Amino acid sequence: MQELDYLKESPSQTAGPYVHIGLTPNKLGIEGIYPFDLGESPIKEGAQGEAITIIGTVQDGAGMVMRDALIESWQADAQGIYPGNDPRGAADPNVTGWARIIADFDSGEWTLKTIKPGRVPFPDGRLMAPHIALWVVARGINLGLQTRIYFQDEDNESCPVLQRIEHRPRVNTLIAKKTAANTYRFDIVLQGENETVFFDM
Amino acid sequence: MTLSDKVERGPLFFRDRDWHPAAYAPGYKTSMTRAPFRPLVSMGSTLSEETGPAFGHSMIGLLDNNLIMNFTGEPAIGERIIMHGRVLDEQGRGVPNVLVEIWQANAGGRYRHKKDSYAAPLDPNFGGCGRTISGPDGAYEFLTVRPGAYPWPNRVNDWRPMHIHISVFGSGFGQRLITQMYFEGDPLIARCPIVNTIGQDKAIQALVAPLDMNRAIPMDCLAYKFDIVLRGRRQSFFENRKEGL
Repeated sequence: MQELDYLKESPSQTAGPYVHIGLTPNKLGIEGIYPFDLGESPIKEGAQGEAITIIGTVQDGAGMVMRDALIESWQADAQGIYPGNDPRGAADPNVTGWARIIADFDSGEWTLKTIKPGRVPFPDGRLMAPHIALWVVARGINLGLQTRIYFQDEDNESCPVLQRIEHRPRVNTLIAKKTAANTYRFDIVLQGENETVFFDM
Repeated sequence: MTLSDKVERGPLFFRDRDWHPAAYAPGYKTSMTRAPFRPLVSMGSTLSEETGPAFGHSMIGLLDNNLIMNFTGEPAIGERIIMHGRVLDEQGRGVPNVLVEIWQANAGGRYRHKKDSYAAPLDPNFGGCGRTISGPDGAYEFLTVRPGAYPWPNRVNDWRPMHIHISVFGSGFGQRLITQMYFEGDPLIARCPIVNTIGQDKAIQALVAPLDMNRAIPMDCLAYKFDIVLRGRRQSFFENRKEGL
């Protein structure tokens, strides 16, 4: 038999407690190497759409708020087009789509200021509900965790991804709750009661 | 649409999660409360995972991949090394134009981070971070000092092997990866609970960089070669998207 000559993906390792040195050095106080940290905002001045703020924490299985988590977000523009290599065309030039978010070193709270994304098609053409993809790394996380933020005030029932979640009460863990005008709360729980749904996609 | 366009946009290969470290790995104590207990929800990738942020060569400063000089302009102390290799996908193709970021301790094993209180001193000329964009064939390189081993609070006498942290992007957000590079011959590798979160020895070996004398510069620096492999992408033509969904 011939061998399948694919390479194997490099195995993941934890980002560790000092991830900020590499990915957000300026926020850590290492200044002068890079003029600014990458991914400070997923939008530029003039981005089309509804401006929103999402605030949350990342909690471990002991209920402790983590102060060393790093999250990256990736989203479409208000029309549901991704910046960069979306085969359907060009996105709003003022939406870069990607952000790098760190928990506050003291409170553990993180904040994402962005615009609400439009609906993006699932591979079979049905539309997914508006969502922001997240990738969570930290000390103790051996392989980055994939999850999504959905929004309480959208039609989430018809989303083909959410429909695939067998344990229906768990869908609620992916829904950001509206706490004020244009403001949402999204807490990520890594383990235990109300554990956030994580994807293998 | 050209062939390369087609390849770059297809669905992602499924991740082999038996090859990657387990989320719950009791030898690495912090993982015990930071591992999801419920199963991951598995399905094929969507546009949200197949698209991803793009970075330009123009955002990279001249010294960004030179950790020996990029902090103060005066050279850092330590064993001078070139770290180089290619970013590849699982089909062995170079992945061009992707951001590679690294961070590490100094030659004594001390990190420039407010939470590191190890007795080894900071090097006033070493910051500890670097970045670059892969070339047309996926090649990247850094100039740095070899980091020292350091102790960490896990079991009473645990020491991390010498390592450099690496963060890499592909063309899709679902390819996002952080890993660590280890050095050929380091006896601490086999003893490390973080290394041993990986269950298969072949997978561990994939993170150990060999000494590369061909790339060393006589009377100047040694070199280590480290290729980074990202998830591959299937071709999207002729695919029955409704299958199984």
